[in-house]
Amino acid sequence: MQQLINSLTDGFLLGFVYGLAAMGLSLIWGVMSVINLAHGPVITVGMLTTYLLFVHLGLNPYLGMVVVAGVGLALGLLIYAIAVHRVISAPHLSSLLATFAVNMIMLGVFNAVFGGDQNNINYSLGSLSIGFLNLTYSRLLAALGAMLFTAFLYLFLFFTRTGKAIRAVANNREAAELMGIPSYRMLALSFGLGSLLAAVAGSLISTIFPFTIFSGGPYELKSFVICVLGGLGNPLGALIGGLALGLMEGVIPIWMPTSWVPVVEFGLFVFVLVVKPSGLLGAK
Amino acid sequence: MRTWKGMLTSVLLACGLVLLGCGKESPKPKAEKPQAEKPVAEAKGAKTVTIGYTASKSGPLKTEGERQINGLNLWMEQVNAKGGITLADGSKVTFTDKHYDDESNKDRVQELYTRLINNDKADFLISPYSSGLADASAVIAQQYNKIMITTGAASDSTYSKGYTLIYQAYTPASRYLTGAIDMLAKLAPGAKKIAIIHEKDKFSTDVVNALKTYATNKGYQVVLFEGYDKDTTDFGAFINKIPPGTDAIMGGGHFADTSTLTKQLYEKKVNAKMFAFLVAPPEPKFAELGAACLAVVGPSQWEPGVKYSPESAKAAGMEWFGPTVAEFDEAYKKKYNEDPSYHSAGGYAAGMILQAAIEKAGSIDTDKVKKALDDMKLSSFYGVIQFANGKENHGLQIGHEMVYIQWFKDPQGTFVKQIVWPEAAASAKAFLCPAR
Repeated sequence: MQQLINSLTDGFLLGFVYGLAAMGLSLIWGVMSVINLAHGPVITVGMLTTYLLFVHLGLNPYLGMVVVAGVGLALGLLIYAIAVHRVISAPHLSSLLATFAVNMIMLGVFNAVFGGDQNNINYSLGSLSIGFLNLTYSRLLAALGAMLFTAFLYLFLFFTRTGKAIRAVANNREAAELMGIPSYRMLALSFGLGSLLAAVAGSLISTIFPFTIFSGGPYELKSFVICVLGGLGNPLGALIGGLALGLMEGVIPIWMPTSWVPVVEFGLFVFVLVVKPSGLLGAK
Repeated sequence: MRTWKGMLTSVLLACGLVLLGCGKESPKPKAEKPQAEKPVAEAKGAKTVTIGYTASKSGPLKTEGERQINGLNLWMEQVNAKGGITLADGSKVTFTDKHYDDESNKDRVQELYTRLINNDKADFLISPYSSGLADASAVIAQQYNKIMITTGAASDSTYSKGYTLIYQAYTPASRYLTGAIDMLAKLAPGAKKIAIIHEKDKFSTDVVNALKTYATNKGYQVVLFEGYDKDTTDFGAFINKIPPGTDAIMGGGHFADTSTLTKQLYEKKVNAKMFAFLVAPPEPKFAELGAACLAVVGPSQWEPGVKYSPESAKAAGMEWFGPTVAEFDEAYKKKYNEDPSYHSAGGYAAGMILQAAIEKAGSIDTDKVKKALDDMKLSSFYGVIQFANGKENHGLQIGHEMVYIQWFKDPQGTFVKQIVWPEAAASAKAFLCPAR
């Protein structure tokens, strides 16, 4: 029982971070129907930026997150301008290949500059014990950070003029343009926001686990599973999907060896795709 | 016209390629200048024994490989400086070496050892660094009836293949962590439950399988035995599985994963009397974990602070051979301007084992030296050396013990490692992990 509760809490807290990463992917898909295969390296950029700021400038990794958010936004805008803008109206395969190319370029650059060593942000906060329950502060703060950024996204999309414009473009781009909304600017901004979320998620992950330049990849895959669970294009669904995945990862190893976790996860992925292709929380 | 020009260009290009091909010499292995000097005025009946080996002077095993060779070269320089070894017939032998760079490559190793035996007429062989390369070279040594001392190679499997001329200097993988069980028995006689979490590669799996058997035979209960993949960074699931009341947590794998596991165990405030892990703890970089490294135990083949001495050998009723720990340490530092690692000590020990066997046999004849190696039981700066004689594991090292280091916090607040086991080699007294 103790093990179950400990595992559930660990998984639940991590689930928020998974949800945040998936939300970025989901937002980009929801607004412009682009499957962003450069999502993984953007997560890695978040990790690396936090690491470099911590190691070279001694910046607290949680404060560094503000810088990471800025870097993520700028990177997203750049990727949009260079690789996505021209193919946005082309068939899906074009944008898929364009973002895949960006993925390969970024991985190549990381490899050349940083190499494949494991990096570790040596910043331990200890843990909080409540009875037999033991929570590390890094996980608690990561969950809190993820919640803050989710709230920020929600407020931005629903209560600001620009946010409303993004939603209008997502809903019907032509109609939005007829209303005088500069749709391409909104698309670029959405891509930037999606990357911002990915980079921040990466930054939060780097405070919990050590990472290599390839660590963004598995989180990108998890993001796909989460988006399918929660419904692609539905940010709230992404958060709930993230929590579900986190809980599964916490609980499955209790009954079977951890090697089986991806088998169950991706089995579920296929199952949901077959039974309800729009995702559990997706539109009918 | 265009076809003509095209053909002419093609012919010219082809000729150029042929010429280029002729001009380029086929790559030959670079024989390097023997490091040890040949004795100038050879006494009457003096012989020079050639020791052949390959070294990983390039490739991923370069650092460890080079340290091993440094150790071997130091031994050769010292034995030759003393005028070599006097054999039973009164003649003297000195040593020289012949070596090639194996590029840390298995295929290359076999080709080069064949060359060392047939072309360079090596009398004795030393293995390359790492279990994989040593295993590849052992086949050749046995095939050509040459004695080989393996060093820098811990795998047990090489010695279960029926070889009769291969002798291991390192403690085998199967005994990497068994000493930790003995240590636990001494420190906490009431301890019962052990959790084993390990990397799923061959080396670590071999180590923990042997550990599990040993612990079970000693009456311990293994309450968790689970492997993790190479790239695991989240050990939460494994840590949550450790049952309450576990007395010791053991296992690990290589540096990156083991240090992460150690850190997460600490953050999760997992309490146990002992934490003993592979590979990472003896590394000085392990101290970067801060408070998480305190009390963690790890096995090492050798450390400069070991306390083996002629006195302790005498007390154990064993013959002492070679330099003392301090003499080796000092000579090595003087020659290479760096602290000796266990790879360096292993290289020196390989040469020293050969020297002891030749002295005992009074001959350089393979059969006589083999007999001396089979009977060998001696103590040295490197520890005890004794080989298994049975058919099923001939040549396996059974005398040498791992030393176990433990991380202490000194009064200044810095973390330092001390040797705590076996007690004969200890530089400090082991302690149980304080509550976290």
